[in-house]
Amino acid sequence: MNAIGATVVLEPVQRSPGYWATVIRRFSRDPLAVGAGIVILLFILMAIFAPYIVPHDPYKGMALRRLRPPGSEGYLLGTDELGRDMLSRLIYGGRLSLFMGVTPVFIALFFGGIIGVTAGFVGGWINTILMRIIDVFFAFPSVLLAIALSGALGAGIANGLISLTVVFIPPIARVAESVTTSVRTRDYVEAARASGASGFRIVRTQVLSNVAGPIFVYSMSLIAVSMILASGLSFLGLGVKPPEPEWGLMLNTLRTAIYSQPVLAALPGLMIFITSIMFNLLTDGLRSAMDIKA
Amino acid sequence: MMTSPAASTVPALLEVDDLVKHFPIKAGLFGKPSAVVKAVDGVTFQVAAGETLGIVGESGCGKSTTARLLMHLITPTSGALRYMGAPVGTMAMPLKAFRRQVQMVFQDSYASLNPRLTIEDSIAFGPKVHGVSTSDSIGRARRLLDRVGLDPIRFAGRYPHELSGGQRQRVNIARALALEPSVLILDEAVSALDKSVEAQVLNLLLDLKDEFGLTYLFISHDLEVVRFMSSRVLVMYLGKVAEVGPTESLYNSSAHPYTTALLGSMLSMDPDHRRTAAPLAGDPPNPINPPSGCRFHTRCDFSAALCSTREPGLTAVTALHSAACHMADPASGHPGKSSATAAKRVVST
Amino acid sequence: MSGPILAIENLSVTFTGGAKPVRAVNGVDLHVDRGETVALLGESGSGKSVTLRSILRLHDAKKTRIDGRILVDDVDVVSLQGQALSDFRGKHVSMIFQEPMLALDPVYTVGQQIIEAIRRHELVSAKEAHGRALALFERVRIPSPERRLEAYPHEMSGGMRQRAMIALALSCSPRILLADEPTTALDATVQVQILLLLRELQQDLGLSMIFVTHDIGVGVEVADRIAVMYAGRIVEIGPVRDVIRAPRHPYTVALLSTRANGGRLTGRRLPVISGNPPNLAELPPGCAFAPRCSKAIDICRVSAPQSQALSAQHSAACHRATE
Repeated sequence: MNAIGATVVLEPVQRSPGYWATVIRRFSRDPLAVGAGIVILLFILMAIFAPYIVPHDPYKGMALRRLRPPGSEGYLLGTDELGRDMLSRLIYGGRLSLFMGVTPVFIALFFGGIIGVTAGFVGGWINTILMRIIDVFFAFPSVLLAIALSGALGAGIANGLISLTVVFIPPIARVAESVTTSVRTRDYVEAARASGASGFRIVRTQVLSNVAGPIFVYSMSLIAVSMILASGLSFLGLGVKPPEPEWGLMLNTLRTAIYSQPVLAALPGLMIFITSIMFNLLTDGLRSAMDIKA
Repeated sequence: MMTSPAASTVPALLEVDDLVKHFPIKAGLFGKPSAVVKAVDGVTFQVAAGETLGIVGESGCGKSTTARLLMHLITPTSGALRYMGAPVGTMAMPLKAFRRQVQMVFQDSYASLNPRLTIEDSIAFGPKVHGVSTSDSIGRARRLLDRVGLDPIRFAGRYPHELSGGQRQRVNIARALALEPSVLILDEAVSALDKSVEAQVLNLLLDLKDEFGLTYLFISHDLEVVRFMSSRVLVMYLGKVAEVGPTESLYNSSAHPYTTALLGSMLSMDPDHRRTAAPLAGDPPNPINPPSGCRFHTRCDFSAALCSTREPGLTAVTALHSAACHMADPASGHPGKSSATAAKRVVST
Repeated sequence: MSGPILAIENLSVTFTGGAKPVRAVNGVDLHVDRGETVALLGESGSGKSVTLRSILRLHDAKKTRIDGRILVDDVDVVSLQGQALSDFRGKHVSMIFQEPMLALDPVYTVGQQIIEAIRRHELVSAKEAHGRALALFERVRIPSPERRLEAYPHEMSGGMRQRAMIALALSCSPRILLADEPTTALDATVQVQILLLLRELQQDLGLSMIFVTHDIGVGVEVADRIAVMYAGRIVEIGPVRDVIRAPRHPYTVALLSTRANGGRLTGRRLPVISGNPPNLAELPPGCAFAPRCSKAIDICRVSAPQSQALSAQHSAACHRATE
């Protein structure tokens, strides 16, 4: 038995592509998902470089040119109720809307993931306690919960982020718990335990690589919901405050113009719609790319 | 009279003493357990160094639960486990040291390999846990791959789904050997394989046993394979040991009616002498509410009045062969096989 | 009413759903006489189950190409469509599976399912159907049948479920029963019971039966003839006695010798078939078994052997079968 491992055989071995390499290859063959990804990337780039690409100052209005229709001279998408350039405001609005949509989901992914994986792997009464607490949050519809929390904390970007994060922790924790529970009882986890590895080491080396994918994809699917909720909060005056450009808030302030300039009033909604659809398509593509045997 | 046959002649490597595992079935969230599955209910046996102990029995007899108890993958309700005389889980034999000595191969070759790890990473995991450096662990993994008949150049960097069932089971064997254990628990390790591949893996197991001086616990439902592999065989029924003895003695002159029935259920392989009657009727009873007294008395041809009330202990039939049946104990008061009860039996298919 | 009740002629089944077409069955010829039991013996991937399922056309039509003919009482099953196919299934030919939980519907009692099956194919009253279901349960020896008819599948033990599935399969008095490893998941003591029951039902009802199994022992116990499959072809077929006692195809010979029967002498090893079963997406040009065959010669690697008659009923597809 001593012979084993006495000298190290390190000639090059044939390697198969790993799981994530396979997922990326499969994803890259899905034109719809790749297209959605490109659109989202474009939106993100527009948001980042907004100051350099906007034709006008998004905050500067002029009473004389209020509610110009799209296609007006010098104002490609028209002007809003205070005479501010619509295109510039939509581009700037992407900054806050994307930020408000994506950030809470990633913070919730971190906390919900820890809660869910812990509950799923440890099991027993710790699982019972954690999941019952999570269940309490599930008793409220997510929209109501977000409104209630924002209302209690007061308007503002930070409070909006906090309330949305709290809304998304329970569903992510629930999904993380269920996938971890199913992985925990697999034979390879038992085999790792039988080789004397500690629980933390088993989670790190055996469990996480198998649960990360499903939890991540589920979280991605929440981004669209998060964006709509964030816009909804702003629309209700609970999130971003005027004069900040944000799609949900713009939808609110333009609603008075719905009869005079319907196309103009619908533009922020259209942006929300397109972005959430794109996130959904991206998520679907990822999900099917990850649906492989390995 | 309780006997410990192996212990008297060869020093026992592994001793299992009155092992019990009851699984409570929960009624509700805070409710009391409504019932208890008596999966393993007082099992005692010894494994001598270098032998192969076969464990046979039908589903629900507790053979797989016993394997998991031995590995401490589940904690026993009660009972003791000793390795070379030292109680496992104490200072004398810490769990981590014990797990280095005893390793297990599972039935499902696919489920027992992490789909996200390459073959060599799966094998190298155990040594790394025990402080072997990464490059040494990988080196050991590749040597073991070679030893179990898989070319390291072709297989080390592959993932489990790219291998056939037989190849995966070879990987599982290599993984179990990576910690240089002295005991291997093989829990239905060849049951899922095709017959032609099964023979290859059985031969490999025999070679490895000779080469590394291993001790096997060979758990299977396949009586032919157990006979081929084992030096001693232990028969379990509903969480209890029904009979234990040297392979040929047990196969040729079984002392427990259940063993006899089990052997009588083996297929004939002879078109001119096909089976004409099934030795047992019905399915094994549920371990949630096992029968009183001798657990086999509800299906036994020779059941007498005392069988339903008094539980038989393991009684020596010969020096190394014992059975838990009142008929094996002349002092029990059982009327014996000639009793009229046998005639009552309705032959049923 | 003479001639075989079932005749499979040059059947090929190719699955086209994946990246490469998988040739699961490659030219199978098989006939089953009235009241005869044929065991299809083979390892995983040999095409035995695919052949069986083709008879009921259970494969997804969009992803499967079936060539050849399957004649049941001179009706070609391959050309059946729609209602005719539904009528054919269960009425003339029915099937039992390895896992009864997949064949039985968990939300209905077993009795309801049998009654429904009877009334779907025949115009009988509910009461009459119930009576027939009860008789069937007695026929397959389910204790306290009246009560068990009201049981849901999950309330039954493994052996009892298998009996219930047999009762369901027999509910419309089929003439052909297809059995797909019905005893593989069962314990040894229960397996014998089910094998004996199937043998008895087959004889009493004059059924023709095709019995798919990976276990030669099971084949010996139930079959009149055994057909050994490898890589989608029948490599040897003949009466049980001939195949077991005088196997002629090297694969059959090897399969019989790899069985671990009897005790082991110290140092003894089992004879083995080296290598692994072939990849059905990349079959070799010649005999599919040639890469693993100890008797392979040059011709084996070039041309696929035709079936050669060894006696009236016994034949083997091997270039060296008659040597």
